[in-house]
Amino acid sequence: MYVAVKGGEKAIDNAHRWLGEMRRGDRRVPQLETAQISEQMTLAVSRVMAEGSLYDAELAALAIKQARGDLIEAIFLIRAYRTTLPRFGYTSPIETARMRCRRRVSATFKDVPGGQILGPTFDYTHRLLDFKLLAESEDEQAEEAIPQDSADVPHVLGLLDRDGLIQKEHRTDEEPVDITREPLEMPASRAARLQVLARGDEGFILGLGYSTQRGYARNHAFVGELRIGLVDVEMEIPELGFAISLGVIEVTECETVNQFIGSKTEPPQFTRGYGLVLGQQERKSIAVALVDRALRWKELGEDFLGAAAQDEEFVLYHADNIQATGFVEHIKLPHYVDFQSELELVRMIRKDAEAAREKADD
Amino acid sequence: MTDPSDTSLGDTPPEGTHDQDYNFAYLDEQTKRMIRRALLKGLAIPGYQVPFASREMPMPYGWGTGGVQVTSACLVPDDCIKVIDQGADDTTNAVSIRKFFERTAGVRTTEKTGEASLIQTRHRIPETPLEEGQILVYQVPIPEPLRFLEPRETETRKMHALEEYGLMHVKLYEDISSHGHISTAYAYPVSVEERYVMDPSPIPKFDNPKMHQCPAVQLFGAGREQRIYALPPYTDVVSLDFEDHPFTRLRNDGVCGLCGADDTYLDEVIMDDEGTRMFVCSDTDYCATRIEEAAE
Repeated sequence: MYVAVKGGEKAIDNAHRWLGEMRRGDRRVPQLETAQISEQMTLAVSRVMAEGSLYDAELAALAIKQARGDLIEAIFLIRAYRTTLPRFGYTSPIETARMRCRRRVSATFKDVPGGQILGPTFDYTHRLLDFKLLAESEDEQAEEAIPQDSADVPHVLGLLDRDGLIQKEHRTDEEPVDITREPLEMPASRAARLQVLARGDEGFILGLGYSTQRGYARNHAFVGELRIGLVDVEMEIPELGFAISLGVIEVTECETVNQFIGSKTEPPQFTRGYGLVLGQQERKSIAVALVDRALRWKELGEDFLGAAAQDEEFVLYHADNIQATGFVEHIKLPHYVDFQSELELVRMIRKDAEAAREKADD
Repeated sequence: MTDPSDTSLGDTPPEGTHDQDYNFAYLDEQTKRMIRRALLKGLAIPGYQVPFASREMPMPYGWGTGGVQVTSACLVPDDCIKVIDQGADDTTNAVSIRKFFERTAGVRTTEKTGEASLIQTRHRIPETPLEEGQILVYQVPIPEPLRFLEPRETETRKMHALEEYGLMHVKLYEDISSHGHISTAYAYPVSVEERYVMDPSPIPKFDNPKMHQCPAVQLFGAGREQRIYALPPYTDVVSLDFEDHPFTRLRNDGVCGLCGADDTYLDEVIMDDEGTRMFVCSDTDYCATRIEEAAE
């Protein structure tokens, strides 16, 4: 009956209560503490901080708990919270060359100044379920190499740069745009592109990066360097006249070295892709670097091959999972009115077509 | 800060007050100012899509974040708002948005079109004619009327700049030549002041003529797409058509099964397994008012 659409308010409140109960699950099982999430689900927390673009492990853990483990929903909670925070100003650029590296590998050189640090990686684990984790026994403690104090760990690509073998990056003191404060307009600057990619959906960026390796704007990438570690965040305080440290954040940085045979405008040399993301997010940073490189075709005088990863509007307008999930899921909202008008239109066109057929039959 | 685990619609604060954990109408004043600037620009160039730095809102993109931001930027404490979705005040999303403003702005709410100073809508224009002093805020999913003909923003902006709308006319013409009719039943494109082709948001084309020379201010917010556009009062808004195929409104021939109206936009409701249909006004306030008046 028509009244079925009434009572929306009560339905919503009841649905929310039910949702809360489902989140809690079986009450005989102790409630999950957010500290357990932030300490033991660190990579999920990293992803929520990066795609939520808010560096706060405690809030990310809370969001994951509240979202019942749905990471996109958790990212959404963080984004919505982030909107309400005042913007005091902008920090100085972080110095990744002074990163306290937990992990640092180069695929292009066997050894590099500063050394290779394998760090806490899944790379060489055998993916066998560890049934010991089913029992709640304590794992043995690892001997941890305490990250060094801030010391210069030069970037590997800098070494190639010295020999002029790799494309120069143009240094600029231009203020980068802030995609969270200004509308994204096309064509976008590289700074805007890297920001969108940094908080873009991991799965989407991963798929696009992968497509470049399979021939859709192939750009022959090697990981020149991948580093994960802690960097200081500093801010210039005009009243003080010097920079003060606001804290320390973990970031993952990937620089790719890409083969390049030269174009109409550029000599044969290596080119670069770059990915920087919050937290420990190796897969994402590599994929960002691949997509960044693919998007640089115009700057390097390459041809547009029609590949998705080269297409700036395609990549940037579809990378944000909060925008995507909202618009994809909104088609479950009521659309009676639009559907009704389509129904009337189809009925009218069918009636015309039937009349025409009958006339032809006569 | 409120309890973040509180995902309910929240308690409505006493009338005339708002949840003190948030700024009036949720957005901070700087953001509202940015949105108001975009609105003023939009009103100065009717039908032109103004880019604005849309914020993440506490409801998903696609649920009306653009409309909510526009409403937030327009609200003053004296306002009385009405929120409709599909013409109805009691659909879940309309309820949710109305509650949001009750909580964060503490403004009066109403279901009566005539009493509201601001109406936020999704997919309908009320049947009761709007008046001077009222604001109608539309929620817009895809603000670009040319988007389905040309996916690239850089191209469509150029087409608007050059007033190059041939592609749209060709599309409408092709519809007529293959189906005998223009096969767009909602979000039917309009021309504003003989300059910009504009998307009226997904309202049924039955509603299009209500936009023309409307005494109320009409504001359009597209949150995900970061665009705002506007129609000042008494703006010429003409649905695209051809001399030999003039624009026609489209509605079911039926009458409302509740109030008997024969000139309103109707929802079709399936009553039983046999497929029995009933038609009722999509505008619930209009329908209820007619029933009340008939009872008197």
